[in-house]
Amino acid sequence: MRLPGLILGVWLLMALAGNLPTLEPHLVSLPDIFDRPSSTHWLGTDELGRPVLDRLLAGASVSLLVALTTVTLSALVGIAIGLVAGYFGGMVDRVISRVIEVFLAFPGMLLAIAMAAMIGPGIDNVIIALAVMGWVGYARLVRVQVLSLRQRDHVLAATALGRTDLAIMIRHLLPLVMAPVWVEASFGIAGAVVAEAGLSFLGLGIQPPDASWGGMIRDGVRYLLVAPHLVLAPGVALFLVVLAANLFGDGLRDRLDVTSHNTR
Amino acid sequence: MHRLAEQLLDTLIVLFGVSTLVFLLLVLIPGDPVDVVLGESAQAADREAMRAALGLDRPLLERWGLFYADLARGDLGDSLVRRQPVGELIMQRLPATLQLAGAAFVLVLLVALPLGLLAAHRRGHWLDRLAQGFALLGVSIPNFWLGPLLVLLFSVQLGWTPVSGNLEPGSLVLPAITLGLSMAAITTRMVRSSLLEVEAQPFLRTARCKGLSEGKVLLRHSLPNAMLPVITVLGLQLGSLLAGAVITEVVFAWPGIGSLLVDAIRQRDYPVVQGVVLFIALSYVLANRLTDLLAGWLDPRIRGAA
Repeated sequence: MRLPGLILGVWLLMALAGNLPTLEPHLVSLPDIFDRPSSTHWLGTDELGRPVLDRLLAGASVSLLVALTTVTLSALVGIAIGLVAGYFGGMVDRVISRVIEVFLAFPGMLLAIAMAAMIGPGIDNVIIALAVMGWVGYARLVRVQVLSLRQRDHVLAATALGRTDLAIMIRHLLPLVMAPVWVEASFGIAGAVVAEAGLSFLGLGIQPPDASWGGMIRDGVRYLLVAPHLVLAPGVALFLVVLAANLFGDGLRDRLDVTSHNTR
Repeated sequence: MHRLAEQLLDTLIVLFGVSTLVFLLLVLIPGDPVDVVLGESAQAADREAMRAALGLDRPLLERWGLFYADLARGDLGDSLVRRQPVGELIMQRLPATLQLAGAAFVLVLLVALPLGLLAAHRRGHWLDRLAQGFALLGVSIPNFWLGPLLVLLFSVQLGWTPVSGNLEPGSLVLPAITLGLSMAAITTRMVRSSLLEVEAQPFLRTARCKGLSEGKVLLRHSLPNAMLPVITVLGLQLGSLLAGAVITEVVFAWPGIGSLLVDAIRQRDYPVVQGVVLFIALSYVLANRLTDLLAGWLDPRIRGAA
């Protein structure tokens, strides 16, 4: 897990650097159009002469922000819903299970595309669209586990002692279900990064002139013949981050000994 | 029979839920969709016509009922931009998408089955590590990056394949690889792990003790048992091929329902967006359910439990 950790660390640093005031991701410089990588422009320039490195860093910051907020939001909503369904059971569980089933029956990316198409582009809407697609995985995981933990002695004891439902869910059940949630979240980071880039690639995510890796690939594809570095730079970054997050999830799963994992 | 009826009812409920979700998507449009489509300066008469065309002049519940009444007749509404029924548009574009998805699926079978078999057979060998590396790469390369990379390598550098479109022979190759790679990766992993799981079963030892050749053990005992989870994964993936085709079609300007969807989104042609999303989602549900049925039919353990 050392290499994936390193790559994710570099991503974090790039994202922090993406907010430096000295960066000029929007600086149009027509004499410098399509510069190959050089000592002045480490990763070259794009079709408007903007420095690719600066845009890559700004894009890192967007992807990290979207990934972290999406995963946090999805996990919070999913955990809460899963806890409620598993703990209360009965009619509540049956209704929630149906809803979970419907969302699972929807191809995830299609739902995100449809949501983004309806509510419009922009970073906030991307996060909403991705969370609508993401919560269901956590809800399912937590629900199944809580169902099996509900009759454990410590939970029965807490009930007998008159602890409130909320306290039992949070203090006595939640800590026991977190291991697979962390694994899911780790794969969720990979999924959110790809999905944000995919939406931006389709023009449904981050809007120009703001930089995003998906948007850079989309713009770069038009100039594939003249300036392949426009597609290569954001693509390599994207690929490494996704690979690292997947590897990290695999490592975490082995370490926490979680057997099943959501392949979606 | 009882179990079949239960599954059918279950499928109907999910189909109902999925289509309601798609219906509700239209409600999410912020502000007045008529303004969004026509612009604020449109004539009052045009606005009313558009309002009626979208059914916005009726209360939500009634629109919901109408949505199902239309759906039951196979009517997905009319395109705002192309003045054509949405169902007709989908049918025009569907063959191209099916061709792409079919080619990707064949590719998956051609790559994943032998590779997974080889990896399981040579566990720990460099071939196994190669297969595992391929599986990891495959799931981590986003298809909207893989597509341009393949174009750069095979069309631009080597000149072997056309850059985009579906008119020339050979134009199917790169889109099929782009669409199929991640599925091939997941399936390879599945074939490998499921063969290894079967390998640990006592009945294989029995078969070998009977003196069966390795080839017969593989064909008669290993493969049939290992294929069930693989078929389930393949079925799940079959449905997601249609969804995955959206991005791949945009990358290669492939004239299927995916690019129809993205064009419609750009033109704010909401009935087309809704229709295509509904079509893909329903196909996905049906593909999954049919896979469940097939797996149940193939597995005597599940079949016996009916």
